[in-house]
Amino acid sequence: MSSRLASGGLLIDRSRPLSFSFDGQALQGYKGDTLASALLANDHVLVGRSFKYHRPRGILASGSEEPNALMGIGEGARFEPNQRATTTALHEGLVAISQNRWPSLKRDIGAVGNWLSKIAPIFPAGFYYKTFLWPRAAWKWIYEPVIRRAAGLGKPTTQADPDRYEHFHAHVETLVIGGGIAGLSAARKAAESGGEVLLVEQTAHWGGRALVDGDRIDGRDGPDWVKAETAALGAMPNVHMRLRAMASGLYDHSYVLISEQVADHRPGLPGAPRHRLWRVRANRIVIATGALERPLLFANNDLPGVMLASAVRDYIRLWGVLPGRRAVVFANNDDAYRTALALHEAGAVVAAVLDTRASVTGDLPARVRALGIAVREGHGIDHADGHHRVEAIEVSALDGAGRAKGSERIECDLVAVSGGWNPAVHLWSHCAGKLRWDEGEAMFRPDHDRPPLGADGEVMAECVGAADGVLRTAEILSGHEVEAPTEAPLEPFWFTPSRAPYAHGTKHFVDLQNDVTAADVRLAAREGYESVEHAKRYTTLGMATDQGKTSNITGLAILADALSSPIPKVGTTTFRPPYQPISFGVITGQAKGALFVPVRRSPIHGWSEANGADWEPVGDWRRPYCYLRAGEDRTAAVSREILNTREKVGMLDASTLGKIIVKGPDAGRFLDLIYTNMMSTLKPGRCRYGLMCNENGFLFDDGVVARLSEDSFLCHTTSGGSDHVHAHMEEWLQTEWWDLEVFTANVTEEWAQIGVVGPMARKLIEDAGTDLDISAEGLPFMAFAEGHIAGLPVRAFRISFSGELSYEIGTPAGHGLALWKALLAAGEKYGVMPYGTEALHVMRAEKGFIMIGDETDGTVTPQDLGLHWAVSKKKADFIGKRAQERPDLTRRGRKQLVGLDTEDPNVVLPDGVHAVKRVREHARMTTIGHVTSTYFSPTLKRSIAMALIDDGSERMGEWLEFPVGDKVLRAQIVDPVFFDRAGEKQNA
Amino acid sequence: MPEPVSPLIGRSVDGYIQIEDTGVRGQITLRGDLRSEGIAEVVRELVGVEIPDTWQIAQNGERKAVWMAPDELLLLLPRKEVPGAVALAGEMLGSQHHLVLDVSNARVVLRLSGAGVAEVLAKGAPCDLSERAFPPGSARRTRLGALAVGFWRLDEQVWEIIAFRSYAHHLMTWLEDAARKGAEVHY
Repeated sequence: MSSRLASGGLLIDRSRPLSFSFDGQALQGYKGDTLASALLANDHVLVGRSFKYHRPRGILASGSEEPNALMGIGEGARFEPNQRATTTALHEGLVAISQNRWPSLKRDIGAVGNWLSKIAPIFPAGFYYKTFLWPRAAWKWIYEPVIRRAAGLGKPTTQADPDRYEHFHAHVETLVIGGGIAGLSAARKAAESGGEVLLVEQTAHWGGRALVDGDRIDGRDGPDWVKAETAALGAMPNVHMRLRAMASGLYDHSYVLISEQVADHRPGLPGAPRHRLWRVRANRIVIATGALERPLLFANNDLPGVMLASAVRDYIRLWGVLPGRRAVVFANNDDAYRTALALHEAGAVVAAVLDTRASVTGDLPARVRALGIAVREGHGIDHADGHHRVEAIEVSALDGAGRAKGSERIECDLVAVSGGWNPAVHLWSHCAGKLRWDEGEAMFRPDHDRPPLGADGEVMAECVGAADGVLRTAEILSGHEVEAPTEAPLEPFWFTPSRAPYAHGTKHFVDLQNDVTAADVRLAAREGYESVEHAKRYTTLGMATDQGKTSNITGLAILADALSSPIPKVGTTTFRPPYQPISFGVITGQAKGALFVPVRRSPIHGWSEANGADWEPVGDWRRPYCYLRAGEDRTAAVSREILNTREKVGMLDASTLGKIIVKGPDAGRFLDLIYTNMMSTLKPGRCRYGLMCNENGFLFDDGVVARLSEDSFLCHTTSGGSDHVHAHMEEWLQTEWWDLEVFTANVTEEWAQIGVVGPMARKLIEDAGTDLDISAEGLPFMAFAEGHIAGLPVRAFRISFSGELSYEIGTPAGHGLALWKALLAAGEKYGVMPYGTEALHVMRAEKGFIMIGDETDGTVTPQDLGLHWAVSKKKADFIGKRAQERPDLTRRGRKQLVGLDTEDPNVVLPDGVHAVKRVREHARMTTIGHVTSTYFSPTLKRSIAMALIDDGSERMGEWLEFPVGDKVLRAQIVDPVFFDRAGEKQNA
Repeated sequence: MPEPVSPLIGRSVDGYIQIEDTGVRGQITLRGDLRSEGIAEVVRELVGVEIPDTWQIAQNGERKAVWMAPDELLLLLPRKEVPGAVALAGEMLGSQHHLVLDVSNARVVLRLSGAGVAEVLAKGAPCDLSERAFPPGSARRTRLGALAVGFWRLDEQVWEIIAFRSYAHHLMTWLEDAARKGAEVHY
């Protein structure tokens, strides 16, 4: 029977009862309870089923190390599986359900595995590796549907997370992690020296073990000392204190991530983030994360009612909950006797203290003995019995080898176990701080000679208090007056071995969360997994969401024993962030929903949105794929837009096009190096199409360059490429050609740009009103002029990506929408229609113009695309020139750009489909290239495609085959310019 | 000629700080040797201040000069003055290597005010925004969440933030979310 005591409980407020439910049952707790303490107060000792074997499990611990009490918390979209009951603050209306059981927690079908396991071992170490090898059919019928479903924890909701999350960057002089006595004292010292201090504590209260363990400090009881100390810190202006803030990881450059639970205990708090991720940089990092108690193992040590000794006294003193009426303490150290005292004081019967040590002296055992409690020296638990919780234990005297002999039965409903303490060295280890083995306390502790180092080679973090392996109050608070019992050394002891064959019903659980037993660890050693890292992966020891906080050291002690190797030689596995799991939400922060990714909007975005735009992402931009009209699908809209542009006039929002100003006395020289063709010979007022290659000779961006004046150029880039091209230019300027007098500026955002395209384009602009001479002679193809259109300042470029008579008109972005509307109004009588990116793509493909990202993939040279004319042979150098002279880039037979006419003009080849000479059934085929662009051309009323084909330019007229599913498509290689080869329309 | 339009059309948000679009502001990118007398003269003439140091802003009423990079300043002037200012700077610098551009439409400028501005910005910017490290007159180009931004602190409670125009809505939505009442960090 576990129940609430009539009085006591430092953390609970008995005047504030809270209602909650567990597996549908209405229960009550108090403000200040954790879900675990509230469950125990209601005699819910059985709280879950285990991962592999579905064994009944109870609450082992009182904090973040809890391996068993994982449950689903919340409802609907706020449901979260695998939450620790021990770290979940109770709140009004909390809904919790147990996991991994069916149909109910008490009657679970999966537990049949337990019966089987009495006859033969199931799920032993390496089970998956051994089982899933064969036969193939079993995957479908057994492995996936049965085994994988049997093992597992909770299932997450499929609904979107409705809560908000955020990040917060903080820079402090000193960060102290952990609010126990060591952390409080370190923070006080740091604060007194004047720097800014951030002190964080993962639980909802300060003080750590000082609240429970009874040592007196400076003449005060622990809780009073903590209160005074936190009040003093709180009054200091340079100290920031945060509860419910868990440091999850220590990273290079003194960077620490801390997850703060802001609203978990206050659900629905308006505006507040549920969790906040603190991204802290500190000049000094103090790790005061305390220590974690480890259990002692015996057969069936996983029964509910077997708890860590420290947790038992936590529940009594912090939450006024007595976890059992008749208890046994099983320990190898003096500290656990505090639990016997707490139990006795709370009114429980302590049937015995079993101590593995042959001789027990010391203050604490003396006090226990004085209460008339039997202390059994040299004794251990052989096994525990019980159905859904521990009902009795079999006790034996231990022989010299730690083996139990003889036996005696003790009825009890609570077993408090303690195998000593492990310093919580996780953060110390995250950045490669090393550990040393302490024989006396049988623990790994920080090795001060090998600390985590910063980029400057200086020590990046220090451990204090129990995290440093200093377990006694008097040593932690040197300089303070401490009254505490002296404690005798512990005896390294890990588990009482079984007398029955291992893994046959009598399981000694090392890792409770992943159901790993002592037998599994020994099996791994026998099968040759001698490295602790291999044994971990083979057995899954320490790999669950608790990362083996209560099991790692015990597991490796057992491994060391099986290997007859000393523990320090076996070593530990690597601790990695996070210390505790943190929510995906807190990692995401604000970047979800509308803020998931920045979306760039052109000045005309809003108009397009209101006028049928069907969006597609282009870089970070959204561009209209097409403008849908009532009753139209995409295909119909694209076809309409193309025909209208070719026959009348269309308008394109080209504002997304990259625009970079390059200015200076050496601007021409610089652009000659950046582009493959010659730019320095361009005359002011004229435009030239240019290609940019990387050092490997491969094409990565293209666009039209306009010479604004003798010393300044405007370089247009692709929509997705402007930032990259600008960075590319700056990198070359700053690192290689710093002697060139050139400045660049990315002015993409300054200018809106509108394409007016089609036979009526000139008339439309004239009707809109302009002071420019835009006649064929006044503004010929590849020229530009500055002036006004519709009363707005513009730069009009006579350039074309469609093969039509075309003007691209730039205006300051703030005028973009006004110009767009004015042009549309002027074009109404000519039947103007806006068109989207798909019409743009089809029209450029009809003209055989390449598109970066379609015809290029980072391995394609300008020559491969038939763009020899745009690669200067005169220039001494340009980026990519040398590479383009290498044998592989000059060899014959490279893939080259060709056009394709499909045999059936109505069949459009799938994008990216591979070409072969002849399709052969059941035989290997060599692909000779692939389709790069493919469309149905409404202009030509047939399908068109471009492809990169081996030696393509030498294969004109050849027929190729394309295996598509079980069909074979055929197409003939043709010139890639399908429409208006002479360019009469664009030059009009 | 009609007035240019800001993408946020004067939108403002009342959270635990105030966020206002300040409209299309006169902005000039000036690149050159910041140690040269020529550039110093231009900044004195157009803004009426000395060239700001690294990570600083110099202001003269509504006229401001912001340090952007070792060879780049951003000048903020009344918008109507910009064309004349660009021409004058070009004349003054003559053959000295420089770049001067009217970029008034390239970026939005939001005014942030309230006691919690540094705290709201610290939700997205990795730089140190504490009183000690970021007193009035400080300026920084950094990021806010996923955006490239610049911001500067004019006085105790008034800041300005700039971002490229196409990201204006994202910036506004981000700030609105970070500054909503109830989301105070109380740091």
